[in-house]
Amino acid sequence: MESVKIAIVGSGPAGLSAAGRAAARGISHVLLEKAPHLSDTIYKYQRGKYIMATPDQLPLRSDIEFQAGSRESIITRWDDDAEDLKINVRHNSEVTAISGSKGAFQISLADGETINADFVVLAVGVQGNPNKLKNPGTDQPFVQYQLDDPREYYDENIIVIGGGDAAIENALGVANPDQGNIVTLLQRSDGFPRAKEANVQTLYKARDEGRLDFITEASLIRLERGGSGENLWIAVVDTKDGEARLPCDRIIARLGAAPPRKFVEAAGVEFTGPDREAFPVLTPQYETTVPGLYVIGALAGFPLIKHCMNQGHDVVEFIAGNTELQPPDTPLLEKLFEGAPAKRSVDQWLEHIRSTVDVLQDVSPLQMREFLLASTIHYKKRGDIIMKRNDTGSSIFAIIEGSVAVEVDPKNPSVTVPIKKGNIFGELGLISGRRRTATIRAAEPAMLLEIPRNATLKLMASVPGVKRRMDRLSMERQVGQIFGQLLPQSAIDEIVDAAEIIPLKAGDAFIEEGERNTDIFIIRSGSAVVEKRIGGKDVFLSYVLAGNYVGEMSLFYEGLRTATVRAAIKSEVVRLPGEIFERLLNQNPDLYRAVDDLVASRRKLNDYVEAKRESFSSVVDMHTSIARFLLEEEGLSEATDALVIDETLCVGCDNCEKACADIHEGISRLDREAGNSYAYIHVPTSCRHCEHPHCMTDCPPDAIHRGPDGEVFIDEKCIGCGNCQRYCPYGVIQMAAVPPEKPGILSWLFFGRGPGPGEPDKDWIEKTRKKDDAPPKLAVKCDMCSGLKGGPACVRACPTGAAQRVSPEDYLSIAEGKG
Amino acid sequence: MADHMRSSGLPISHEGFLNHKGFRYLKVALVVSLIAIIGYLAADVRLRPNGGTWYGYSLGAISALLIVWLMLLGIRKRAMTSGHWSLKAWTSAHVYLGASLLVLATLHTGFQFGWNVHTLAYGLMVVVILSGFVGIYYYATVPRKMSDNRAHRTQKDMLDAIRALNRELREAAQPLDQKYVEVVKRAIRNTKLKPGLFQSIAGAQRQCATTRAAKRLRKAAANADPEMRRPLEAVTAILERKSALLLRTRRHIRNKTLLQLWLYIHVPISFALLAALTAHIISVFFYW
Repeated sequence: MESVKIAIVGSGPAGLSAAGRAAARGISHVLLEKAPHLSDTIYKYQRGKYIMATPDQLPLRSDIEFQAGSRESIITRWDDDAEDLKINVRHNSEVTAISGSKGAFQISLADGETINADFVVLAVGVQGNPNKLKNPGTDQPFVQYQLDDPREYYDENIIVIGGGDAAIENALGVANPDQGNIVTLLQRSDGFPRAKEANVQTLYKARDEGRLDFITEASLIRLERGGSGENLWIAVVDTKDGEARLPCDRIIARLGAAPPRKFVEAAGVEFTGPDREAFPVLTPQYETTVPGLYVIGALAGFPLIKHCMNQGHDVVEFIAGNTELQPPDTPLLEKLFEGAPAKRSVDQWLEHIRSTVDVLQDVSPLQMREFLLASTIHYKKRGDIIMKRNDTGSSIFAIIEGSVAVEVDPKNPSVTVPIKKGNIFGELGLISGRRRTATIRAAEPAMLLEIPRNATLKLMASVPGVKRRMDRLSMERQVGQIFGQLLPQSAIDEIVDAAEIIPLKAGDAFIEEGERNTDIFIIRSGSAVVEKRIGGKDVFLSYVLAGNYVGEMSLFYEGLRTATVRAAIKSEVVRLPGEIFERLLNQNPDLYRAVDDLVASRRKLNDYVEAKRESFSSVVDMHTSIARFLLEEEGLSEATDALVIDETLCVGCDNCEKACADIHEGISRLDREAGNSYAYIHVPTSCRHCEHPHCMTDCPPDAIHRGPDGEVFIDEKCIGCGNCQRYCPYGVIQMAAVPPEKPGILSWLFFGRGPGPGEPDKDWIEKTRKKDDAPPKLAVKCDMCSGLKGGPACVRACPTGAAQRVSPEDYLSIAEGKG
Repeated sequence: MADHMRSSGLPISHEGFLNHKGFRYLKVALVVSLIAIIGYLAADVRLRPNGGTWYGYSLGAISALLIVWLMLLGIRKRAMTSGHWSLKAWTSAHVYLGASLLVLATLHTGFQFGWNVHTLAYGLMVVVILSGFVGIYYYATVPRKMSDNRAHRTQKDMLDAIRALNRELREAAQPLDQKYVEVVKRAIRNTKLKPGLFQSIAGAQRQCATTRAAKRLRKAAANADPEMRRPLEAVTAILERKSALLLRTRRHIRNKTLLQLWLYIHVPISFALLAALTAHIISVFFYW
């Protein structure tokens, strides 16, 4: 029986690095690896896979070398290092159980041996149990969860499922043109937020070259046999455009993995929560709830190699008694907390924030570190404004100390609702993509943590508990915002308990005219169109934005739906059961009157339409068709501000484009002539400043933001990768180099110098630019002329009034009274 | 609901330059003209109304300044600065105040005309204003036609499509007799897109080389042996498609030309007017 000070289970980057440190320090150790080689996960990577060393700013602290490179070069390097350091490796040693306690652990191996150790470091990764498909038909042998050698497959229809790096790399691997495979990648979410930037770029490039295809916002429904041919299988797929049927010979599902929890729990380790993706509870020194037992690496919640290797180094230092050692990013975090009134160490702050802020409860310290590096801390005095109603912003704020007051009534700032320490706010803007709904001030001296949009989205995507808590909170807030002054808290709690979030595709109806139903729907994200059937035609009544609610009117029409409501774009709605409202209304006449008042204006419009339904002219038809054209075909249903041209006024002078170019360094951000028209309304190719900008989906340097006037703009951090251009469904982003500066307008007018107003032509640019002095091509898009006193140049420069910037809700509303 | 709709039947109103701010500048122009007329009738001038009276000088000075200001539109249009101005408002004022010059300057003449530099300036001014009216007419009528005609296509789309058809033609003509290949080649070579000046104004369609070739090949196909008929018909079909596209493209170019043509009178004559006006003012001061 072997006895060592430290037993390290798993020889991946974390375990190997730990063993390397132990060897370098001369500590007796054993590195247990179930496979006959080191680092099985990386060993099983595709041949030739390029491995990246992210995050770039994080220094590597390990006795084992690691640089970005091919799988082979890294494996060879690690084998050499392990040998040079004289690491005591025991191959083919699968651990079946760990028992005992600090100073006297027993590790049982599959071959029957037992190893005694004072300390155990678990670095087994998460590859142990990959998530599997549960859809009907997926128990077929051609459904696989791993790809050893992509060159094995020829002339097959291959569907790869997943949006992470593994899925993208597998898809690219089998999409080698020589092999003749038809490859389709299915990704559940919009874009690839969890994948590495370079992978996403390669994927887009491969699609542009026709090597493979991918469908985002798509998921597998089932596998079934095709109509003809014995061996033909069909994958039935749910896409945002409806159901699709894809022929399929092979499915490679890369759905991520959960920790091999049972095994770890059997050793007595507790986890952060009941969720499948929860992580072991760890001290900042990676010690679990079992003293002497440590967990590092992917199992601890961090999938990046560099993090794992640093942890391997650090955990051995901790075990060896080096209590002074700080993680490599500690100086950056110390800086973040510099101004805090209370003095705490970084680790104390992490724990303090995690335990104080409710939605962050399930977040591991390492994840805390990651998002904190992207966050800012604000200190506010009593009365200081934190956000203003109608400001733009999609970051969220967490209250670490103090409290804030929300001004719920725009007319009377003294009516406030408090938000206490430990809560968050600002989440409604994040979810709906719209402006802030209330002004919020510090009610007492407050310490606030502001987490930017992307970091929050990543946190919600990777920690289910955060998403669950945020969803619940946002529902409570929305219900409270609408009915808060009318209903007691107990009623609101009851409603929220019964509420559910329903995702919708564009065009899905969630209220059907003529049905009997009293459910109320809050539009959480996206937008909806209200239509009424008149004379056999659906007539457009109104356009409802995220943050508003629909369906309350049936409470006053004996439960009869008076109109149909459909999602105008991919949306989420919260369904509030109608029975509860009916009961509350019947019990409480005051409430009945109050809700009646609340819906009075909508009832008036409805009654008006009802009364006039016989005399509706073709003009209403026209209005309906225009609304459909703009909202459904031209994407104005996700726009906040779009350029619309009246073609009966447009004389085609292109002064809008010229003005745009002259205001913006000589590059026009709009193409007037391109784009569709309907009934003389023309939507040119120009940014719509979407609620949830597609261009922001994957900007590696995080250079795309929403500005104070609601404009989506690209800042100087742009690296010209072109992701935003590829993500934009409206083609409004171009990659362009700034042309040289032109001579002034008067010297053009009087002396003919320079190319004149507007975008300069190529010849002039080439002639004027100094040789080899071309600036890089960067992403260029409309910024709504932010910072310009007079407003957007395109509109101001239109000589006839044809060009207008509009927000769709104002453009399309049929206001009662006017009607 | 009806007042929500525009007279055109469109429910969404973009306010054009003519009705900018409820015809604000039309009202200003009418008031200015009215005051000028009343003043003209009321002013007690010796001898007879004349550019040289105190009232005549006043009207003349106002008119001259107005002309200079109207001409500044050319710079305003091209100089993008950041202030709170709108070119539409400028255009609106330009149109109505420009038209009011007809009243102001005519009163300034005191209805005295002759063969001299003074009447030349007046005449040029009238030409400029009338050409402006032509421009307004085109601005009010052509955009709608242009939109109908181009049907979502950009000019570049149209030109690209013509180029693609040319490629198709060359390919489809391969199996034809040499003399028909020549017909097709000539048709491609001799087809001109840009209409001449006369055609622009009158809207006449040029006798088009493509249309001629299509006619000729259609006739040839009717008389050809069965095996040659098919390729001839294929080429004819492409020629006819191109012919239709050419018609659309030419109409588009014509529309664009109409929207600019009047400026080739309006702007140069304005400069001539400025010169004549300068001569007029200097001469008046020198030969008092």
